Amino acid sequence: MKPSLASRVVLATLAWAAALIMVFPILWMLVTAFKTEGQAIAIPPLLIFTPKLRSFFDATQNAGYLLFALNSVIVSVGATVLAIAIAFPAAYALAFFPGKRTEFTLMWMLSTKMLPAVGVLMPIYLFLKNVHLLDTRLGLVAIDTLMNLPIVVWMLYSFFKDIPHEILEAARVDGVGPRQQMIHLLLPLAGPGVASTALLSVILAWNEAFWSINVTASHAGTLAAYIARFSAPEGLFWAKLSAASVLAVAPILVFGSLTQRRLVRGLTFGAVK
Amino acid sequence: MAKLLLEKVEKRYEGFHAIKGVDLSIDDREFVVFVGPSGCGKTTLLRMIAGLEEISGGDFSIDGVRANDIPPDKRGLAMVFQTYALYPHMTVAENMGFALKMAKVPKAEIERKVAHAAEMLQLDKVLARRPKALSGGQRQRVAIGRAIVRNPKGFLFDEPLSNLDAALRVQMRTELVKLNKQLETTMIYVTHDQVEAMTMADRIVVLNGGIVEQVGSPLELYHNPANLFVAGFIGSPKMNLLQGVVSARDDAGADVKLDDGGSIRVAAANIAAAPGLRVTLGIRPEHTALAADGEIGGTADFVEHLGNETLVYVRRPGEAQMIVKADDLAGVRMGDPVRMKPQPARAVLFGPDGKALLRREFHLR
Ligand SMILES: Nc1ncnc2c1ncn2[C@@H]1O[C@H](COP(=O)(O)OP(=O)(O)OP(=O)(O)O)[C@@H](O)[C@H]1O
Ligand SMILES: [Mg+2]
Repeated sequence: MKPSLASRVVLATLAWAAALIMVFPILWMLVTAFKTEGQAIAIPPLLIFTPKLRSFFDATQNAGYLLFALNSVIVSVGATVLAIAIAFPAAYALAFFPGKRTEFTLMWMLSTKMLPAVGVLMPIYLFLKNVHLLDTRLGLVAIDTLMNLPIVVWMLYSFFKDIPHEILEAARVDGVGPRQQMIHLLLPLAGPGVASTALLSVILAWNEAFWSINVTASHAGTLAAYIARFSAPEGLFWAKLSAASVLAVAPILVFGSLTQRRLVRGLTFGAVK
Repeated sequence: MAKLLLEKVEKRYEGFHAIKGVDLSIDDREFVVFVGPSGCGKTTLLRMIAGLEEISGGDFSIDGVRANDIPPDKRGLAMVFQTYALYPHMTVAENMGFALKMAKVPKAEIERKVAHAAEMLQLDKVLARRPKALSGGQRQRVAIGRAIVRNPKGFLFDEPLSNLDAALRVQMRTELVKLNKQLETTMIYVTHDQVEAMTMADRIVVLNGGIVEQVGSPLELYHNPANLFVAGFIGSPKMNLLQGVVSARDDAGADVKLDDGGSIRVAAANIAAAPGLRVTLGIRPEHTALAADGEIGGTADFVEHLGNETLVYVRRPGEAQMIVKADDLAGVRMGDPVRMKPQPARAVLFGPDGKALLRREFHLR
């Protein structure tokens, strides 16, 4: 039976309302970015105004937006490349040579994600300090790599699981070594899966704020740290903060929407096949 | 050269004893078929020989060298999987040449070997295609081609024909046997289809529940099944098994009194049975005739006209159904009373433990 018109209208209204509530802060941020500081704090809020790019200038002028953006790109891509490079052989071993402890290993890796990051802030901070990696891209790359590693291993593992064992076994009997199997068989066969894993890793690293704010400053800070700077002690500058936030999330939003189809397909690959 | 020797080979999975001490010797150039019901351990045994599965106990050697711990690629064997396991992103030519390319064999030599194998397997027209664009039979042949180009000492096949239609299966059977003679290599072939085993093998290994029930030539297994399992497994339609007691014994054979009356003569020189022993008498449908003076009676339950022969399924009250392969023009109809007469020189006997009590010498004329 088709739902009645009334119930469809109610459902649609509810869905739209929920969606609006969820995107409202983002929309409001976008709107505020085009206001002056005075307009931004006006009560009642202004809905009709002449958009100005002033805040964007202010936000980028002294704050060195480009350096932070560059850091974001380097750190997220670097951490992703590194994480995949480490996780790929790990997932290969877990998926194709399972042993008694395989399941435990997987669970253990995931369990590290259950620990709140702040719990290890002190030791990691001190460690970075002692190896002189505080406020360096390398230090942040290392942290982001390790943060994402469990998820990357898990994703690759589940993609590898979908590849028939016999294909690699045939290669093995034919004298094709593990490295060659990974490069010539696994990589092309799990290509879409590896791509969506990489995409997710880039997005996670890009949005990572906690470590970026805590272990970097003016040299290696990413866009997350850049936004945080605008909540300065001298008070909040809403328009500038909004403009900075828009500049910080815009690249990854564009990137995400461009790759969305691939990402969704990759994430549901194993489930719907 | 590939002479394979298995001694007390065992496979224990966690909580499951899959292979329980297999002794087997396979000669160079032999075509050996592993046959048995589903789950009996055929694939496991083959994978242990290939090196893909660890051997939990016993010894396995290739050409006299212990091979338990030799990695699969160093055993000189090639395996063809039931699923073919072709590389889906490579063309037929690339599939066949992949292992050589990885081994840094010069390009010209790879091309030569691939072309040679392709010609032998009639794949020359499809070398540029991906596996997706091939028929089942062609995929099958690519998988074989991939094995051939490596010039292995031996081939291992795991139910390679089970995905093909009946006609192609029959054709591929003969082609594989020809290949065995042509390449002069050892081949081990796994199947659960006893017809395939009978038609292809030099020697058949009948597996059941992780043990070897019998090893022998197709005719040996057909004429002298070592036990009731082999008797029931080899041959189609199945051998008839009748219960009875040995009533008399002389130098030329024995008489068996069946439980449902009727006495049947078993003609064989060395029968290990004394009068009074409970036995199972085995007689194949093709060695049983419909005859008015037959010792066994029953009712034709079902008549199957196959053209070249007619199978009559006979119901006997309180006893197992029997099958008789009758003349195509026998004219028996469903519901007719029939009498059956086994050939004394073809009947076999099994003791209470299910083991054969006689062994016939058979001579090919
Ligand atoms: N990894 C494993 N762990 C536990 N038991 C296993 C494992 N692999 C196989 N087995 C068991 O070992 C037995 C033999 O399996 P195998 O695959 O060798 O059978 P098969 O004779 O090839 O059967 P089929 O004709 O169905 O292919 C089966 O009972 C199976 O359940
Ligand atoms: Mg099997």
